[in-house]
Amino acid sequence: MASDVMAMHGAQTDRPTWVETLHAWVTTVDHKRIGLLYILYALLFLVIAGIEALVMRIQLLSAHNDFVSPQVFNQMFTMHGTTMIFFVAMPILFGFGNYLVPLMIGARDMAFPRLNAFSFWLSAVSGFVLYFSFLGGSGLYGAGTAPDVGWWAYAPLTARAFSPGSSSDYWTIAVLVSGFGSVAAAVNLIATIVCMRCPGMTLGRMPLLAWLYLTMSLMVLIGLTPLSAAQLMLLADRYLGAHFFDTQAGGSATLWMHFFWIFGHPEVYILIIPCFAFMSEIIPVFSRKPIFGYPVMVAATVCIAFVSMSVWAHHMFTVGMNSYANTFFMITTMAVGVPTGIKIFNWLGTMWGGRIQFKTPMLFAIAFLFQFLIAGLTGIMMAAAPFDWQLSLSYFVVAHFHYVIVGGILFALFAAFYYWYPKVTGRMLSERLGQLHFWLFVLGFHITFDPMHFAGLLGMPRRIYTYEPGRGWDAINLIVSIGAVIQAVAILVFVVNLILSYWKGARAGKDPWDAWTLEWSVSSPPPAYNFASIPTVASRRPLWDVKHPDDPDSRYE
Amino acid sequence: MTAAPALSVPVTPADNASPAWSLPDRGKVGMMCFIIAESAIFTIVVVAYLFYLGKSLSGPTPRDVLETPIFYTICLLSSSVTIHLAVTRLKRDASLSFLALWLLTIVLGGLFMYGTAQEWRRLIYEHGLTISTNLFGTTYYSLVGLHAFHVTVGLVMLAVVLLLGLTGRVRVAQSARVDVLSMYWHFVDVVWVVVFTVVYVIGR
Repeated sequence: MASDVMAMHGAQTDRPTWVETLHAWVTTVDHKRIGLLYILYALLFLVIAGIEALVMRIQLLSAHNDFVSPQVFNQMFTMHGTTMIFFVAMPILFGFGNYLVPLMIGARDMAFPRLNAFSFWLSAVSGFVLYFSFLGGSGLYGAGTAPDVGWWAYAPLTARAFSPGSSSDYWTIAVLVSGFGSVAAAVNLIATIVCMRCPGMTLGRMPLLAWLYLTMSLMVLIGLTPLSAAQLMLLADRYLGAHFFDTQAGGSATLWMHFFWIFGHPEVYILIIPCFAFMSEIIPVFSRKPIFGYPVMVAATVCIAFVSMSVWAHHMFTVGMNSYANTFFMITTMAVGVPTGIKIFNWLGTMWGGRIQFKTPMLFAIAFLFQFLIAGLTGIMMAAAPFDWQLSLSYFVVAHFHYVIVGGILFALFAAFYYWYPKVTGRMLSERLGQLHFWLFVLGFHITFDPMHFAGLLGMPRRIYTYEPGRGWDAINLIVSIGAVIQAVAILVFVVNLILSYWKGARAGKDPWDAWTLEWSVSSPPPAYNFASIPTVASRRPLWDVKHPDDPDSRYE
Repeated sequence: MTAAPALSVPVTPADNASPAWSLPDRGKVGMMCFIIAESAIFTIVVVAYLFYLGKSLSGPTPRDVLETPIFYTICLLSSSVTIHLAVTRLKRDASLSFLALWLLTIVLGGLFMYGTAQEWRRLIYEHGLTISTNLFGTTYYSLVGLHAFHVTVGLVMLAVVLLLGLTGRVRVAQSARVDVLSMYWHFVDVVWVVVFTVVYVIGR
């Protein structure tokens, strides 16, 4: 990266020493570098949490396998879930937001650059705190005890009696601190989008990505903080002898479930809305058409944000709520599918009649549309409480949310990587390796997660470390494990592509995709100050206006 | 990479941007966002308080031991008025009356904290109520304590501004920043109205 960093600063001749480079990165307040730090940090944890998933799949490869002990298996699924949500998905999405939002709204940096650095380092420290638990989870008693309470850490599993030592505390503190980092990042994104737009960029002319990040950040403010509050209560329980979740003193384990899922379900939308943002930028460019129904897209997003705040207890149908609560959460959960469906139709409307270019970003985007649709449909199935009573805590649920998170979020992220990598590095990612990555990953994804639905329908519970032979699960588990390995190979291809293309990729130039938003108006990689002079825009597609002065968008909007 | 290429700035042909392009102050927007996030945290703790009302398995109960802190509540609420007046004085560059009103705000906030300390001392030593006694203790000390923590943080920040003001570094130019801090203080006061209602009115 050193040579790049130099280019940003202009014509300095002597290369900095590695200490200087490291110092520059550690102390940076530049939104682009912080964005990259977020992304690289998340990729590191993606690999770690991916390895944890592979450990689980090897264990479940066949009946009565003893690759790892039940205790280690519990630690693996806890760490896999916690890491993927809090230390992969959140930081990587904030990384993209950090990098792209100021560039796309014509600003030179975020509203609060130092707060931005603070957010990143909070996230970074909390990730390392979580993983330190492998060494220090039992305090001074021994080594090798990561948290094993599951990523939602239901009470009373986290009570002192059932979770001695410090492993649960590492989990609590890591999640709490990363939550503070996320809230700070969200505050920063909102202030940036509201206060730093370049002249002419009214709310109605903002790129959809900025709109969606604004919505997502507002959700972070009210969606993540309930978890922080609950974690503080849990710490009070564990250290001060409070009784919030202590059933023996009249406390309620169900209250923890509510607090957790009041965070937990909006969190899904916090993660998917930035992915909608990537789709809304990528699909128009590769369909050579402006986005279909811009105002409706904005309205649908805000609508999703509102409705998704009142669906959380569909995670708790099996707890035994009264029928009014069940009905309410059933209806709201089904209702959230409506604005989501509107978005899918709008993307299809954007592609309809367009001259579609099947470049790697677009391939991932199209796969996203299919897979996210299926993920949404199984979601609607489980929104029906009686169906959920049957399949809750089974592999059907695991299949459903991995369809959302891998088939939706991860595919959208890969699309975003292939789309914006040229802007970040100045080099194109290899199209050949990209296609290989795409097809391998689609194959691996479907081999892994399609059969999981059937394992769930056949009654296989989630979070079991092994199973009896002859229940009809053996072949399915073998297939699923093979799929996981194919996905791992695909990720390897992706990482190789990222590294090779950095040095060997074709020069990208400013605007390799003939796109329309402001980030493509500056050099690749962008200079530290982004814009030499602040641009003025008159439409949603400022670069279209520049390229087609005879027929600018501003005439029609 | 090669030296920085020339930058093209897309100035679009039909430039109908309003000549007076102004956006909200980022400090205020940032503080508003922070307040929204804080409100969600307080909401959860208030919900826990209300949920556990009357569910304690042993005494003491709120009815037995709580006394309504009217005087200290008046102190805290009037500190919102004094900080508001202080900021308006600062905007008019009346430094001396700004400092006086600012100091008065700190004194009122400090009195409130003294009141809380007295109440806690009484509850702990006279009634034996701690955070681990029962669910009332758990939720009471968490909710009131979370609020008191926010008052304390506010007092520290107010004190920093006071010190800067005494050395003559808080002027009209800084009034926007001081205004942002006053937003936080108002928020802390509004939260007390909620906490007061929940703990001392509904909770008994």
